[in-house]
Amino acid sequence: MKVIVDEDKCCGAGQCVLIAPEVFDQRDEDGIVILLEPEPAADRHSAVREAAAVCPGAAIELTEQA
Amino acid sequence: MSINEQVLSYPIPSDAALDPPGEWAELRGKCPVAHVKLPSGDQATLLTRYDDVKEVLADPRFTRLLNAPDAARLSATDDGGLFNSEMAAIIPDGGEEHQHWRRLVGKWFTAKRMNALRPQMARIAEGLIDGMVERGAPGDLRAGLGFPLPVYVICDMLGVPAEDRDQFSYWSDTLLNLTRYGKDEIEAAQAEFFQYMSDHLAAKRTEPGDDLLSELIAAGGPEDGGLAEIQILVTGMALLVAGHETTANMIGKMVSMLLADRTRWERLLAEPALIRSTVEETLRLDANSGFGLPRYLKEETEVSGTVLPKGTTVICSMAAANRDESAFEAADQMDLTRSPNPHLAFGSGAHSCLGQALARTELQVVLEVLLRKLPTLELAVPVTELERVEGLAVGGLRTVPVRW
Repeated sequence: MKVIVDEDKCCGAGQCVLIAPEVFDQRDEDGIVILLEPEPAADRHSAVREAAAVCPGAAIELTEQA
Repeated sequence: MSINEQVLSYPIPSDAALDPPGEWAELRGKCPVAHVKLPSGDQATLLTRYDDVKEVLADPRFTRLLNAPDAARLSATDDGGLFNSEMAAIIPDGGEEHQHWRRLVGKWFTAKRMNALRPQMARIAEGLIDGMVERGAPGDLRAGLGFPLPVYVICDMLGVPAEDRDQFSYWSDTLLNLTRYGKDEIEAAQAEFFQYMSDHLAAKRTEPGDDLLSELIAAGGPEDGGLAEIQILVTGMALLVAGHETTANMIGKMVSMLLADRTRWERLLAEPALIRSTVEETLRLDANSGFGLPRYLKEETEVSGTVLPKGTTVICSMAAANRDESAFEAADQMDLTRSPNPHLAFGSGAHSCLGQALARTELQVVLEVLLRKLPTLELAVPVTELERVEGLAVGGLRTVPVRW
């Protein structure tokens, strides 16, 4: 799985950090998303999928590899 | 007469405090773009489908400029209340200016900061619950816990004294209640509130504290990358109001929804790991979330195959959208494990609720502490006796009688 985040779409809601804190963080200066793990380990995939599905800015894009 | 031809009065009343009006399902199915009449008598267009509401809330053509001359007034008072006020227009509506404001203020509401507040929130909740226990059962969970907790937290973040909370509650109510107050009362309350915040900011300029407003002042004016004085003032007022009624009401509604069928409470006692998904599910199913979000259309646009002319006022009912069967499986059922749960309770897109991480954290902490301290909690009245507060832009229950 590869994760891409779009800082322009990010509205700083923090849902991704609450759901998958190992993969996402927010910048202290403006609350915008920081991607910690662009290729997260398999045990984090379901949390990352949930974070992407509920992101209010639709700022998280996933590519799933076979 | 079918629902397509009649002009519904909005908000649509519901017979039961926790249940949605039957019209929602009918509107989603047959009339997703409906004509409604607001408390002011003005007409607006109501959206109830998930895809439409989500799209419109994230579409910059649907603005928040409800003070436009041809925008529908929500309430009968001249300035139409909170959403129509000139004050609301001081915070930039869109584009880079809005993003700048959002990021300056948003840094205070990150998930990390909210997580850091957890121990403090838990202590406040424990203290409030101890107070309820001392006073003895039955007690009102709304007055004893739901209202004070978010108020203490937001007052602390803004550096305003929690002792003044009765005043804030009144000012907040006059701004958010669409039917209860007359024009003179609202104007007087707004003027007092404005003066209070203005004095408070003057004091913070002389003696800055470790709080959001002091930091906004320290960031300097627009020329230094900060906000204008009036913007800081309105931001302070907006956050105080927003931090007041929303989560405060949601705590009572969440607990009521869970206790309405006590097997839900028992499941949470057995599986506290479900607290996070449970909070999201109660937010999704909150049938009494309030007015919804109004938007003003500055150019002709199409929604669900209907052309909306320029100047249309649109009301997005997130609560109706959150029960859309095309977006959620068994949408009318409460599923404490639902995941993902992309509900629209906090809106969607660039304007989605700034304080949502705060609200989520408060709701999770309250539920955690309640389950731990009062595992025997139950409603002290039948669900059918719970009553809604009428007229509020943000819905709530009048009282939440509980025993333990």
